[in-house]
Amino acid sequence: MFHHGQVTGAILGALWTFVVAVTVAVAMSFLSGEAFRPSGLSSLILGAALGVATLFGTGAAAAAAVVLVGIGIVGVGPVRGGDVALVWAVVAHGVLALGAATGLRVMMRGLPTGRLTRHEFEAAVIRFLTGFGYVFFTAIVVIPFYVMVMTSLKNQQQLVQNPLDFSLDLSRGWAIFDSYVELMTVFDFGSYLWTSFYVSVLTVLLTLAFSIPGAYAVARLRFRGAATFSRSILLIYMVPMIVLALPIYIGYSMVGLRNSVLGIVLIYPVTTVPVALYMLQGYFRGLPAEVEEAGLMDGLSRLQVIWKITLPLSLPALASVSLYVFMIAWNEFLLAFMLLDDPSKFTLTRGIASLNSSEIPRQHLMAGSVIATVPIMAIFLGLERFMTRGLTAGSVKG
Amino acid sequence: MTQAVPPKGAGPLARREARLAWGLLLPTIAIVSAVVIVPLLSIFWISFKPIGLADLRPPAPVVRESLRGEGEDLRLQYRLRNSSRDVAVTGVTLGDTLPEGLTVRAADDRCEVTDAEIFCALGDLEGGGRDEVEILVATAGGDIDALGDLAEASPPALTGTAPNILTNLDFTLENFARIFDGDEFWGVLGVTLFYTVFGTVGALLFGLFAALLLDTSFKGQGILRGLYLFPYVAPVIAVAFTWIILFDPFSGSANALLLRMGVTENAINFFGDRPLALIMVTVFEIWRYFPLSFLFILARMQSIPEDMYEAADMDGASPFQKFWFLSLPQLMGILSVLFLLRFIWTFNKFDDIFLLTGGNAGTRTLTVNVYEQAFAVSNIGAGAAVAVVIFGCLLIFSAFFFKVISREEGL
Repeated sequence: MFHHGQVTGAILGALWTFVVAVTVAVAMSFLSGEAFRPSGLSSLILGAALGVATLFGTGAAAAAAVVLVGIGIVGVGPVRGGDVALVWAVVAHGVLALGAATGLRVMMRGLPTGRLTRHEFEAAVIRFLTGFGYVFFTAIVVIPFYVMVMTSLKNQQQLVQNPLDFSLDLSRGWAIFDSYVELMTVFDFGSYLWTSFYVSVLTVLLTLAFSIPGAYAVARLRFRGAATFSRSILLIYMVPMIVLALPIYIGYSMVGLRNSVLGIVLIYPVTTVPVALYMLQGYFRGLPAEVEEAGLMDGLSRLQVIWKITLPLSLPALASVSLYVFMIAWNEFLLAFMLLDDPSKFTLTRGIASLNSSEIPRQHLMAGSVIATVPIMAIFLGLERFMTRGLTAGSVKG
Repeated sequence: MTQAVPPKGAGPLARREARLAWGLLLPTIAIVSAVVIVPLLSIFWISFKPIGLADLRPPAPVVRESLRGEGEDLRLQYRLRNSSRDVAVTGVTLGDTLPEGLTVRAADDRCEVTDAEIFCALGDLEGGGRDEVEILVATAGGDIDALGDLAEASPPALTGTAPNILTNLDFTLENFARIFDGDEFWGVLGVTLFYTVFGTVGALLFGLFAALLLDTSFKGQGILRGLYLFPYVAPVIAVAFTWIILFDPFSGSANALLLRMGVTENAINFFGDRPLALIMVTVFEIWRYFPLSFLFILARMQSIPEDMYEAADMDGASPFQKFWFLSLPQLMGILSVLFLLRFIWTFNKFDDIFLLTGGNAGTRTLTVNVYEQAFAVSNIGAGAAVAVVIFGCLLIFSAFFFKVISREEGL
């Protein structure tokens, strides 16, 4: 019974229109601060009609879309605006009709009216799920980051007045960056940034220094216990940090390394060496052994082979590992939180944690979050190729 | 003619290679064991110890020195107390050097004076006990205040021995008895399992869905792929606080939105109500880690040979059938490896829940319980006991994991 053009069109039309209505309502609320809400009933009814209409070609779909805008402005459309400004209402209904109609037109492409084959039906359902998936995933990823950035650009009064309003008040001019200025001047975030940066870089360097020889040995050299060793590395990689953090806290308290950047720099590489070793040995195994053997034949020692042949060949892998380790160190929170108490030695994540109090307005907290997120995102987007490879190779650390 | 025999044992070349290998591994082994093995052993040790946060500083005598009175009555006063309220310090001694300008007239019986050196053997100091030593001194003229400052500037040397709870051989099973006691532990374990199972499965399913979306190539595919990785790459502390602010019961946008849309009558306290808080932290976990599953599944998907799909087309398989009978079986390996690894990692997760709810409102997992016991209740021993339990679970999981991964080698 579902395998019928009109029925499929009506059901997918209703569902898709509802999805678009919710999306438009949420997006318009966040953009304008006005109250938009989706209407379930009229989404389903009008959407079903629209879905059937799109079966009859682009012309019919366009006509139905225009009618939908009209119905929306009258006030009974899938998105209800209450008493919002006319401009916003027109934008909302227009976007809704456009999104619903074009989306459905793509989904119904090639679908006949009347009986459907199984393939036609499933292809239409898959196109609907794909459309839904794009909207859904983009929304859940974008909304939190949008809220983070926009909250940081507001002041206390605006936030309390209308928590929905994420529009930018450009009339405030440079004052929208007040939270950032205050973080940099009063809360010393400049120095936290610097601490985080050099701690992360040192972590990367130390990690490489330890893991390159280790990974090479595991990957290339034959010795008894190689398999056991590489397994125990994986096992260590799975020990939860909180289990280690407690004795490390006790040990550091006793030897006086607590509350020092040195202590942090000593401990971070250890948490990253296992994963780096694991990633690098996988890469080293993939390198052709013949090149190295040729080097050995020509009279290089093993160490020279590593330095002159293996490392230059594995620069891309080293870049991936470095980025991944940098990311872990930059985002690390637990150890910094437990071991650092002195504000002058905070890393960025520890600094943000210190902003989490009722006396500090939350736009500052969000501004701090943006400061921590932007550098890692910039690196990530700039070097995405290496980063994705690093993530897949470094498998699955939490 | 001698028979050719295969060499026995390792030849000199092989031995040299093994030596080099161990040499290269030595630094790693050294630091990893220093920072992983030693703490693991110590956590076992501590879990059998009756130790609180305050015991990290062993009991010791503390002294305050001051110059009091004037003329005949001028005296140096040392006031001692035991830093611990309940543990005695034995064999307490005090040594100090008098500043120039002061001479001893009469000293406490327990003290010996040679020139400007004072040494007092004070015996034992009870837990919370106090003691006082007075030394009558004379001055050759000069400002008493300045002399007082001078005397206080040289801190007296104190010695005394007290049992150090961390290193003595006092063991107890009380920590384990305490954490297994009552319903609390089973509640915590239940929460952990709910969070781990649903967080892992959810992240896998969402990752699979996202990977299916991006398995076709189209313009903007790279951008979307980068975008969908954001939740994983951003610092956990930044996104956790964003969620808290987004879902704030009083001024959060999510609540404002739901109220305006008429979905709910009253503001919802997303991170403060049972059982909603647990569902929310699980949703956060799924949100944050679906990118990782997505990345792996996508990589595997793109390596499924295209001709398999062509063959399926020839056989007239429908799109759903192709997914169900072709893609899914091909993905089963990576899905099972991912499931196990993510299961272990979600089980180990601490930061996320700690930041979102602090383990309140029915979201206390085992890992949060370690922190809770050790720092909030100040009972380090009990915290260590929970950590030992976690480690035990981990060993069981990794036994499973190695079984599967040796089957699916190559991830």
